[in-house]
Amino acid sequence: MVNETTKALARNLNFHYGAVQALRNINIPIFEKQVTALIGPSGCGKTTFLRCFNRMHDLYPNNRYEGEIILYPETRNIISPDVDPIEIRMRISMVFQKPNPFPKSIYENVAYGLRVRGVSDKRFLDERVETSLRGAAIWDEVKDRINSLAYELSGGQQQRLCIARALATDPEIILFDEPTSALDPSATSKIEELIMELKNTVTILIVTHNMQQAARISDRTGFMMLGELIEFDQTVKIFTTPSEKLTEEYITGRFG
Amino acid sequence: MNDLKQRIAYNKRWDTAFMIAGLLSTLVGFFLLTALMIDLFMDGAERLSYTFLTSFPSRFPEKAGILSAWVGSFLVLLVTVFAAIPIGIAAGIYLEEYARKNWITNFIELNIVNLAGVPSIVYGLLAVGMFVQIMKLGESILTGGLTLGLLILPMVIMATRESIRAIPTMIREASYATGATKWQTVRWHILPYSMGGILTGIIIGLSRAIGETAPIITVGALTFIAFLPTSPISYEFPFFSVKWFMDPFTVVPIQMFNWVSRPQQAFQVNAAAAGIILMVMTLLMNGIAIYIRYRFRKRIKW
Repeated sequence: MVNETTKALARNLNFHYGAVQALRNINIPIFEKQVTALIGPSGCGKTTFLRCFNRMHDLYPNNRYEGEIILYPETRNIISPDVDPIEIRMRISMVFQKPNPFPKSIYENVAYGLRVRGVSDKRFLDERVETSLRGAAIWDEVKDRINSLAYELSGGQQQRLCIARALATDPEIILFDEPTSALDPSATSKIEELIMELKNTVTILIVTHNMQQAARISDRTGFMMLGELIEFDQTVKIFTTPSEKLTEEYITGRFG
Repeated sequence: MNDLKQRIAYNKRWDTAFMIAGLLSTLVGFFLLTALMIDLFMDGAERLSYTFLTSFPSRFPEKAGILSAWVGSFLVLLVTVFAAIPIGIAAGIYLEEYARKNWITNFIELNIVNLAGVPSIVYGLLAVGMFVQIMKLGESILTGGLTLGLLILPMVIMATRESIRAIPTMIREASYATGATKWQTVRWHILPYSMGGILTGIIIGLSRAIGETAPIITVGALTFIAFLPTSPISYEFPFFSVKWFMDPFTVVPIQMFNWVSRPQQAFQVNAAAAGIILMVMTLLMNGIAIYIRYRFRKRIKW
């Protein structure tokens, strides 16, 4: 590992959905320009954890954060109530579990984040849309039909379009919430290649239900269970010589 | 083996029995509507002509027309559209996207649902009290339009909410995740994607409003109007006028009511002819609603 700068740090993070506590005392560092993966059985809180990073939980009532997620370099606690979630979402973008393009043109899907920021200069938008589509490895497939509806694309293409949408605003971190769980194997491998390519320029946090995927693409892996972080280490170490018995049982398929 | 065949034959008899009963029930509705239309046409078709549409009511049935009535209906609906649509859509969006879910919003929601079931004459009474007596708007087109606006407001709100609810959460989240505010999400996603359903609801509401008689009589629309309201377009700056807001008016169903209550047979024919016009207007609006729904649904599939 060449780069070991911390980009974000979860410190004593607790999260409650109303009376239900979903995260218990999580401590995880996210390193810059690395892929950090979170694995664990369904309902272990990995998606809940991911969605703390762009304050998605603020959209719904009765959710409560405790503790800190420190964003570097400015050392700011992004889950503090006096931080505007909109500012955080402008800096940390997200790719969802199911491809969710807007029912608009391919171009407008990618340009959306910039339009939200008030960009209207056509030349700049054109340029950003192209770079983002190239960055998401979908430019060649859509360059001739940039104004047709995003729904005309296949599932895998739609997901790469969503990645382009997330890239267009030059985020510091991209959150991936099981981005390949709705895709077939060949579309999945394209997305995986893309993620490994993207980590040269951006920090990535990915939740996956697929252990092989975590092993293939991540630098660090965290294993979560019942809202707790059981183990966090270099991916190689987690998958070869985990220190916790639970981790070993999970990755060898004894439960989950 | 034979037993099984018998059993199947027995089971299928019930199948056939219900099919016939169902078909008959379906045809009842269809035939009644057709019979109604044919009856209306047989009674009224002879009076249908260009002059019928361009003449004022008259003491002589063969000279009487519905000019003031359909112009009145049109202008009243115009006021209704501009009153009910912005308020209804805004309220629907607020309730779905902004309002916190608590007992106050639940109470408001319950009331809106109930308002849709209030008899239209009650709206007429409310309008007399509010628009005519308190706000002193007179027995005018404005009063009539606002009254019908009140009447269809719950329908517009409910149509708005229904079609907003059909938008999947993940589309909203995709928008918020890029850093959009609520208003940006509403403006660029919620409104455009729900517009088909909202417009359909509005037009269905309007086609109910156009046939309403009771509340319009209550607010004091006249049954005999032999002049047109002030023209909305003027030849001097600023080229439009709102004087017609305050003019007295009548509408097609009131004109019909007036003719039906006369003893002469010739006026009954006039009433049927006006009925045809009213039916055509309503069917036309429903047709537009179906077309709009089709156009919007074609682009969007969740």
